This record gives sequence, C-alpha cells and structure tokens, in this order.
Amino acid sequence: MIAAITDPWWFQTTLRVVGGLAAVLLVAGTLVYLHLFKMVSFMQSRLGPMEAGPFGSLQLLAEVGKFIQKEDIFPRKADRFVFAAAPFVVLMSTFLLVVVVPGGPDAWFVDSEIGIYLGMAVSSVSVIGILMAGWGSASKYSLLGGLRATGQLIAYELPLILAVLGVVIQAETMNMQGIVLAQAEGEIFGWGAIGNPYILTQGVAFLIFLIAMQAELTQTPFDMPIAESELVTGYMTEYSGMRFLLFFIGEFATAGVFSAIAAVLFLGGWYIPGIDPANNIMNVLGPIVLITKVVVLTFIVFWVRFTFPRFREDQLQKLAWKVLIPIALANIVVTGVLKVAF
Amino acid sequence: MTAISDRDQLSYIAAQAADARVNVELETEGMTLNIGPQHPATHGTLRIVAKLDGEQVIAADPVMGYMHRGYEKLTEVRTYPQVTTLINRIDWVGSFANEVPFILAAEKLMEVEAPPRAQWIRTILFEMSRIANISLFLGDMGLQVGAVTPAFFAFRDREHVLNQIEAVTGGRFHPNFDRIGGLKDDLPAGWITETKRAMKKIRSFCDEIEGLLQGNEIFEARTRGIGVIPADIGLGYGLSGANIRASGVDWDTRRDNPCGLVHDELDWKVWTHVDGDSFARFWVRLQEVRESTKMVDQLLDGLPGGPVMAKVPRIIKVPAGEAYVETENPLGVMGYYIVSKGDLVPYRVKIRSASFNNISITPWLLKGVYVPDIVTILGSLYFILGDIDR
Repeated sequence: MIAAITDPWWFQTTLRVVGGLAAVLLVAGTLVYLHLFKMVSFMQSRLGPMEAGPFGSLQLLAEVGKFIQKEDIFPRKADRFVFAAAPFVVLMSTFLLVVVVPGGPDAWFVDSEIGIYLGMAVSSVSVIGILMAGWGSASKYSLLGGLRATGQLIAYELPLILAVLGVVIQAETMNMQGIVLAQAEGEIFGWGAIGNPYILTQGVAFLIFLIAMQAELTQTPFDMPIAESELVTGYMTEYSGMRFLLFFIGEFATAGVFSAIAAVLFLGGWYIPGIDPANNIMNVLGPIVLITKVVVLTFIVFWVRFTFPRFREDQLQKLAWKVLIPIALANIVVTGVLKVAF
Repeated sequence: MTAISDRDQLSYIAAQAADARVNVELETEGMTLNIGPQHPATHGTLRIVAKLDGEQVIAADPVMGYMHRGYEKLTEVRTYPQVTTLINRIDWVGSFANEVPFILAAEKLMEVEAPPRAQWIRTILFEMSRIANISLFLGDMGLQVGAVTPAFFAFRDREHVLNQIEAVTGGRFHPNFDRIGGLKDDLPAGWITETKRAMKKIRSFCDEIEGLLQGNEIFEARTRGIGVIPADIGLGYGLSGANIRASGVDWDTRRDNPCGLVHDELDWKVWTHVDGDSFARFWVRLQEVRESTKMVDQLLDGLPGGPVMAKVPRIIKVPAGEAYVETENPLGVMGYYIVSKGDLVPYRVKIRSASFNNISITPWLLKGVYVPDIVTILGSLYFILGDIDR
C-alpha cells in the first residue's frame, strides 16, 4: 500500500516513520504484556498485574508513566554524552532493523535487493550502544557487563549470519520480499499446497538462528551481560527513568523484530497458503499473519528465558565457536550441494 | 659450554630489554570489585571485596558485621524465657530450630526433661523448619545460576510448611514456641492430617526441582566441579551441615549426638556425596528435605500422648554452672554455650552459628574462580546473614 501511494516524498516519509514507530512500539508493548506480564506469571504460579484495566492490560501505561516521571540520574564520574547517547544507539539499531521486514506484497518500508544483508549489518549497531553504556557509566558492574555483551554479540553474529546464508542460497535472493515469495511459490517434492516454508528444508538453520537470536537478545540462558544475580543488571545498572525505559523497549522491540525476521526467513513471512500473494487483501491480512508468527516465536524466546539457568561466559563462547558455527557451515555446504543437485 | 660471543650477548640483552618494554606496555592493573553490602547475590548485607584480573578472582575477602545486632550481649539482660524471642531472629528462615539448642542447654543446667510428647513435637517442628529453610535454598540455587522460576515454586511450596508451623505456634517466621521443660501448647485439632498433606506437597516440590535443575545440562555445567571443598580443608575451616556432608564426611549431629531430640528413634539416612562441589551441596540438601519429610511422617504416626510441659517453677532461675548443647540446624551445627551464676538471666551466652564458620572458607574457595562462579559458590554454601552476624 505504501508503495502504491504516489504522494510527495515528505508524506511518504512521515507515513513510514509512523509505521515504523507503530511496528516497533506496539509490538514491543504487546510482547511485554503477553509474555513478561502474563505468560511468565502463569508459569510461576502467580497472576501478574490485575488491577490496572481489565486483566491488567493498562499496566504498561502505568509503567511508562512511572518511568517518565523519574529523575534522570547521571553518575558523577560518568562520561555524560556517551552515557546519555547509549540507549538511543541501541534503540536506533532496532528501528533500522525493522525497515527490512515486509508485512505484505505492498506493505514494506524498504524493498532493498540486499534486505537481509542490510538487516544483519544494522543489527550489529546495538553492540556499540551497549559498549557505550558499559563504558560511559563509570561503574565496574557496567563495564564488566558491557565487555561481556560485546564478546557475546560478536560471537553469535556469526552463527546468525551463517544460518541465514542457507536460506539465501535456497531462495536465490537476499531481498526479504523475494524470500517470502520463494517460500510461497516453493514446492515440497512437487506438492505446493502450503508452499515451502524454509523451516522444513532449513530446520537446522532455523534452530541455529533461534539459539543465536536468543544470544543476540541477551536473554537467558545467554544473559551473562545482564546477569542480575552477579552484575546487578550489567550495562544497564546505572540507568534510571526514561533512559532505562529506552533500554527496556529496545530489549522487547528487538525480540519482536528478530522474531519477525525469523518468521520471514523460515516460517513463510506474511503469505497465506491458497491466497495469491499479489492479491491486495494480503496487505491487510499479511501483517496480522506476521504478528501471529512473531508472538509464537517470542513465546519460545521467553519460555526459554524463564526456564533455563544461564551459561558462564566461557561456556557460551564455546557453544558459539565449537558447536554452532561448524554446524552452520556444514548446513551451508549441504544446502549448496543439494541446490546444485536438484 | 661454548663461549658466547659479544654479539650474541648484546643481541640477548637487547631482546631482554625489548621484552621488558613490551611487558611494561602490556602491564595490566587489577580491579577491586565490591560485591555488596547491597547486592542481589548476597541475600543480605555480606560484602565481598574481590580483586579481579579480568573476570578471574585473585583474592576475595568477606567483610561481615553490617548486620551485627549483639545478640550474645543482649541475652545477658534478658530472662531465659525472653531469650527465645531474640534468638528466633538468628537464622530467620528456619527460626524454630534456633530455639531448640538454647532450650536444651538450659534444661540440661536445670536438670529438667521435657515429657516425651513435647520432645516429639519439638522434633517435628525442628524438621519442619529445616524443610522451610532448605526449600528456600533449592529455589534460590536456581536463581543464583539465572533460572528465575524455581524460586517462585520454592516460595509457593514453602508456604504449606509455614502455614502448618503457624497453625501450631501462631507465628510464621518467629514461632517463639519452645519453653524450658516443654512447649507452650499442644497441637491443634486436625493438624496431623494437614501436615501429612503438606509433606506430600513438599515431596512433589522436590521432584519438580529435581526435574527443573538437577537434570539440566546448563545447571550441571555451572555447578559441577565448581567450588570443590576437599574433606580435610572443609573440616579445618569448621564447616558443618550439608556443606561438609557434600565433601564426603559422614557427620550428622542428629544421628551422632541426639541430645534431647528423638531422631535416634526414627528410620532415616544421612546423605553424603563424594564430589564436594556446588552440585554436591545442592544434591545433598535436596535429599535432606526428602529425608525430613519422611521423618515428619514417622513422627506424626508415632506421636505419644501425655502432657507437653514438665513441672518447672513459675519463675525460672537456672542453677549455677555451664552447659553446651549443639544440634544439626538447617544451616549446619548450631550450639549455645550458657554460663549461669544462678540468676534470672544468663551470665554469658556464646552462640556457635553455622553460617559464620561456613563463610570463613570463602577466601580459600574463591581464589582463582571466575566472577559468575562467585555467585554459584556463595549460593551453594548457603548462608543466612543473621546467622553470620548474629
């Protein structure tokens, strides 16, 4: 729909900014309410927020209001500019990441030929923000957390990208829209009723992507950088009020956006089997289908987060370099050979 | 040996100098990290001053005393029945167990013996406070390695035991129920069946924790081989309770020296583990909770009748003398050394609390471990701050 608009550039830009904000903030809010407030509460035999609004659905507004009212504290020895800028850098990477996710045949922000490549590249920007937060806080806990986060995020970037490569080889394109269409038009041994969501042929890559995604999001069992029982909250320790809220939004929004990318790459993205992908109705149904898949994937993320203990720093590096990367490389080789053979 | 030419020697000196320069440039500085007194890992106000080289601990020093309340001195101005109110607060998670050794020591001085029914109920409450205490540990151990949910399960199921303790004593955390010569009251009606139901729930909680943590590869990777205490070193530092049993020392005061409690009439087992690491300490405590639930069931079945209070004077004056009694409390061996001059108040009370000795091994144990393991090791040693500082 956005593409079909032949309006002036400023109108399109405004529309895309509003759409991007909605895609990040609304999804993040939904995930906080569904998963952090309710799903986890039921797992831990409690009810979660019940007072604010029906079933506590307005609790999020209360929380945001609380954070906005709080004092904006700078530690005395902090590097003020770096400290203040860090949450924005982290959140910026999320906003840059969301632009590559297509929501329908015409509902996209950027239809780039190198879509997934761009996404993987901008997702690394958050490392800089986290390192800035760790260094700028002038706190030992923050510094330890920031350094741990940097080592971990760089290590898990590799299996993430290598897992994506399998999909790219199979789809023969890096364009996200193209990957969705390739899955919609794909066939499994000549049977094309449901297309070919790549979870079926790239199951190994999907698992690697999920594990690496969990690490990129620094969720348990890979939450060594935050490790609230030892480093208090790692690089976020010194943040309060609005800036903490930005980190908080960044955490959940990134979970949503990464899940959206996983949904596009492996679960078929926005297409519905049986409906022509070029049909205009997909611009309305597509985002709904995509968000449903996002909720399912983030459910797995938070289910794991609240069940497992966390790895030690050296153990999680070992998992990345000795297990995930070799398997991902083998997956690429097998995919390439099969691609040539069939 | 061949003679070294001048040229060789000069190049050797130059290389040495270059090495030295590089070493000076790459010289790193250790970082001192204050863990605590306000920190989520220490559950209380313990402070650990850790000198770090990167993530590795070079030296760690526990600093205690932030919560010192002077109980040993305060007992000197309180009559014997008043003291139990105070010492409830030493190990606040299993508080009934704190009262028992003090009362037993005072009874020993007065040469009074509680009637059998009182002894049995004492043992029941003693074991139930152990269950309340250690089930908290089982959840907390998950929390220390990053699993949040077991802690909630622990708080949920500990409630069953606390409810039963409250039904008898009127206090969930600070019962203040033990008296010289017996107990304040008898059991309320219907308590026995309710308690049996609670024990069943605790057993299923143990199975749940076993499934959540013991079989989990990450949990085992984080705890196995971490913080190994050899038996001789553990004994040298005065470790007791599950901490030393996890190192393979078969020593349980309940079995070896049951003064005043009836553990010797029950069918139970002292669990030990050979490894001595964090996992062994977790495992031994898990088995101990199961053993305690079995004990409580047996005690409830064989509960004798009769009064719960022996004949003691209305105003308690303890004859002059000295007595020491120690029992196997949830955290380890706890003992009271009472010196009496025949007054209404004790002349001097020395409290031997388990956590104080258990924590004394930390400088030895934390040397060379990584920062994340500090938390695991401290969690597996399991101390209560009130029990350290008193």
